[in-house]
Amino acid sequence: MTEDRRHEGRRVVLVDGVRTPFMRAGTAYLSQTSYDLARTVLRGLLERTAIPPEDVGCVVMGTVIQNLRTSNVARDAALAAGVPNSVPAHTVTMACISSNQAITSALETIRAGKAAAAIAGGVEVMSDTPPQFEKKTRERLFRAQGLKSPLELRRLLEGLSPSDLLPRAPTISEYSTGELMGESADRLAAAFGVSREEQDEYALRTHTLAAKATESGRLSAEILPTAVPPDFELLTQDNTIRRDTSLEKLAALPPAFIKPFGTVTAGNSSPLTDGASATLLMEEEAARAAGYRPKARLVDYLYVAQDPGEELLLGPAYAVPRLLGRNGLALSDVDVIEIHEAFAGQVLAVLKALGSDRFARERLGRERRVGEVEMEKVNAWGGSVSLGHPFGATGARLVTTAVGRLREEDGRFAVVTACAAGGLGHAMLVERIGEG
Amino acid sequence: MGYLNVRKEDGVALVWLDEPESPVNKLSTPVLGEFEAALGELEGDGDIRAAVLISAKKDSFVVGADIEEFSRLKTPGEVEGIIRKGHELLGRMESSSKPVVAAIHGPAVGGGLELALACHYRIATDHPATRFAFPEVMLGLLPALGGTQRFTRLVGVQRALEIITTGRNVYPSQAKKMGLVDALIHPEGLADAAKRAALSLAGGTLKPRRRRPSLRERVLEETPLDRLVYDRAYKTAREKTRGNYPAVPKIIECIRTGQKEGAEAGFEAEREAFAALLFTPESKALRNLFFLKNGAEKNPYAGREREVRTVGVLGAGLMGSGIAQVSAARASRKVLLKDASLELAAKGRGEVWKALSRRVGRGMSAFERDRAVERIVPIGDYAPLARADLVIEAIPEDLNLKHETIREVEKVGREDLIIASNTSAIPIAEIAAAAERPERVVGMHYFSPVPRMPLLEVVRKEDTPEWVLATCIREGLAQGKTVITVNDGPGFYTTRILSFYINEALLLLEEGAAVDAIDEAMMDFGFPVGPLKLLDEVGIDTGVKINEVMRPLFEARSLRTSDRGGEVVAAGYKGRKSGRGFYLYEGRDKGKVNPEVYEFLGTGRRPIPSRAIQERLSMMMVSEAVRCLEEGILASHRDGDVGAVFGLGFAPFRGGPFWYLDQMGLERAVVKLNNLRSAHGERFAPPTLLEERAASGKGFYSS
Repeated sequence: MTEDRRHEGRRVVLVDGVRTPFMRAGTAYLSQTSYDLARTVLRGLLERTAIPPEDVGCVVMGTVIQNLRTSNVARDAALAAGVPNSVPAHTVTMACISSNQAITSALETIRAGKAAAAIAGGVEVMSDTPPQFEKKTRERLFRAQGLKSPLELRRLLEGLSPSDLLPRAPTISEYSTGELMGESADRLAAAFGVSREEQDEYALRTHTLAAKATESGRLSAEILPTAVPPDFELLTQDNTIRRDTSLEKLAALPPAFIKPFGTVTAGNSSPLTDGASATLLMEEEAARAAGYRPKARLVDYLYVAQDPGEELLLGPAYAVPRLLGRNGLALSDVDVIEIHEAFAGQVLAVLKALGSDRFARERLGRERRVGEVEMEKVNAWGGSVSLGHPFGATGARLVTTAVGRLREEDGRFAVVTACAAGGLGHAMLVERIGEG
Repeated sequence: MGYLNVRKEDGVALVWLDEPESPVNKLSTPVLGEFEAALGELEGDGDIRAAVLISAKKDSFVVGADIEEFSRLKTPGEVEGIIRKGHELLGRMESSSKPVVAAIHGPAVGGGLELALACHYRIATDHPATRFAFPEVMLGLLPALGGTQRFTRLVGVQRALEIITTGRNVYPSQAKKMGLVDALIHPEGLADAAKRAALSLAGGTLKPRRRRPSLRERVLEETPLDRLVYDRAYKTAREKTRGNYPAVPKIIECIRTGQKEGAEAGFEAEREAFAALLFTPESKALRNLFFLKNGAEKNPYAGREREVRTVGVLGAGLMGSGIAQVSAARASRKVLLKDASLELAAKGRGEVWKALSRRVGRGMSAFERDRAVERIVPIGDYAPLARADLVIEAIPEDLNLKHETIREVEKVGREDLIIASNTSAIPIAEIAAAAERPERVVGMHYFSPVPRMPLLEVVRKEDTPEWVLATCIREGLAQGKTVITVNDGPGFYTTRILSFYINEALLLLEEGAAVDAIDEAMMDFGFPVGPLKLLDEVGIDTGVKINEVMRPLFEARSLRTSDRGGEVVAAGYKGRKSGRGFYLYEGRDKGKVNPEVYEFLGTGRRPIPSRAIQERLSMMMVSEAVRCLEEGILASHRDGDVGAVFGLGFAPFRGGPFWYLDQMGLERAVVKLNNLRSAHGERFAPPTLLEERAASGKGFYSS
């Protein structure tokens, strides 16, 4: 594989990033739709960066669960947030890396010279998943629109069983294989010999780190204080972090997917979460000209795809070595790693894959393993297991946190990486811009 | 290293089953010996608290007992002795104080399942390769290592009866539901989960939860009312097997004995029944077929085949769409499905969608169906066939039409394109006459309905290159077919012997036999359908066309042919597709004999003994099979047996025409034919080859 990093003239920088507090589904944001949280976060970003809205070239938002009435949620939210009519907005979807896709779409728009500034982010309100009827029920309902008398309506129901009329809550199952993501994670953990104990230890670690980062105020720098109906209580922290958890408590949980011998539990998985995130990206010169002191360059990125049946969640183990390779970097050159934690077992499997000579030979076509990952570089402020995982919003959180950590930890390179349904994976290289 | 590879981890003995030099694990006497030694060692080892049985083979647990070993045994006494040893060993494992967990990935069938059943806990993978079955019945045998006993206690009498007498597969989620396995896990976590289960069992923190029979089951299976269940089972068995498969009533008997008199009596019944069944002609014939079928699943020309990525199928009717289905869904080929118009081709593709949709939820997901159907591209003209590697024509049986089609295909097709005809009778040489490259034209004769019928008859000509043959056979195997290769001639092998057989049925009809008397007689003989019903299914008009093709052969045999078929067709009775033929397919009397057919025959009906019908029809078919071997249409008698059983439904328990003749004794067969010849005419003259073999005192298999 000879893959040279492209050298573009126009460099894209992250000016700032922000997110709403992440809340467990069914809690503080129960009254919210994805449009609501998206406009909240967009407004917050505009305020915080003080960018004149008319200077924004485009708005791109990632989301997974579409709401029919606001299917281009980026546009509706941008308009509500005060982005002028004249600024185009579009919505992208790529499962759990939807806002990564939003960021790279915006990045390419800037690189191509079609915009000097762009907003990219994502949103997910898992509390508001539109229920679906079975297809055959939907067919009947469509035909029912033309019906007049109750008698006709009765005929329409003939042959349907009462259960056909029950709306189905969508499950997080892979369309092509029917496998639940948690089942796949359980399988992945077993395949790489990740034990239940290791997963629980990792879960404890991420909750502890997230609590520490919250208490020390490091996380609050990226959190937009948010107040929503009905009681407009000000929310400043994520409510997903389990401060009271312990190895004993985690060990007592039953397996959530593969019963009774699986190892993935509710305790070592990311919870269903509501939240929104947004970043302001600009062309570097334009940012400086506008008086900003950009925090980091988005240097390079790539997407990978594997067989969703075989390696649904292993994308980062493929994406990271390719990204590093074509930028001439080794794992040791990277100071900060932000990896999406769909499941503790998935993160640990990826780390084991990177540290495995066999995986390198059989899957990556390399002589030797990519390297041992130093744990202190990984998700030092918590991750999706502790902070929550609003599908469409996680990617922009990862990038924002990576940039924040580079500054805080005085690092140069950060790698952001995430897996997604469909066997997809993503990795991005971020380089801090020195203060001077 | 032997069969068993024991590794001790954390107080658990992981017993890896790994039969040397074999892709799968089988059970045989040496293995049982190793098991015994291992069991003794585990029982004596104070550090070991529990054991796990797990396979080291890829996607396979244990596929059953070594049939070849059993086939070598001489006396029922020997057989019983070996089984007794097995019973003792499994009994010892079952009563061991240290729990044994079966960790199952891949097929656990026959003896493999019985091994798992004697364990204290079963954990299986939820993987498509994992399945459970007792296939013994298909070999004329029964599961005799406690299968009829332990399985019944686990899942109940009625379910056990159904599964053991049919030999059908049980898949993981069903197995969990019926209580056959205790837990499911992914393959990646199997060993670890089994180890944890074993330790929990040993520590008393895990107790296997056994299924509780419902009230209805308890009334029907545990009270004197159980007679109803067994009587019904015997009755169903009689109706389905017509008394031709002795293993089925024996299975019912063993289950009943175990339920009534306890497990020891049940084991005893298993030993006796198995030892008796092993020496029945039915089981011998079925076991021979099993080996023949396995043989026919290998490509004799392997290594010479060329790659086929795109298959063109001409004709999107029942045959064509069936061929498209197996090519796309089983062989994963891209298919260009052509008919006279794009509309017809699209309909044919729709038929595949419908057929595969019926399998969704039964081993196929909607997504897999979608992927398979998307491999089929309907086309309305020849041009896209330029991309095809193989074209199979399934157009009407009209020589001119076939010639024209071949010319069109050759115009657009690649230089090395193989053109296969799915004709059921027309000699391939005649079809190839119109071709520019006749050596690339072969026969691929499928049976209807294609997705269900197991046989493919590949027809070679003298000039057929081996790579063409190799490629066609490989395609058939990839489509999941059992393949025989035969030489060219009218009707090849299968259609030829079938047409002689059906002609004889029509002659009997003219002589006054009743339609249903003929069909019933042949079903009693062991065919799944009678000859006249079959003719209805195929289409009487098609039968007439085939007869025209066969005429030269009939005449050479100075054979009286029946004209009745033609007359019946002329009157509009074409069989099932026209609603009426020898039977009625619509109206109030659906399923009954069509009385109007008799009007063509003039004569009144008279009773003809079933035995006489059977003898005339079966001897006509098997003697024609011998002629096919004599003339070189068949390369071997084995192909003849595989073709007749899997293509025509020739009674499997009789092993096929050649096995059947061998069992009858060739001398006796000659006598029978000579008797028939003097009673009914020259067409029954014994083939020379048969007379020669009879004179030499050898059979077809023993020569």
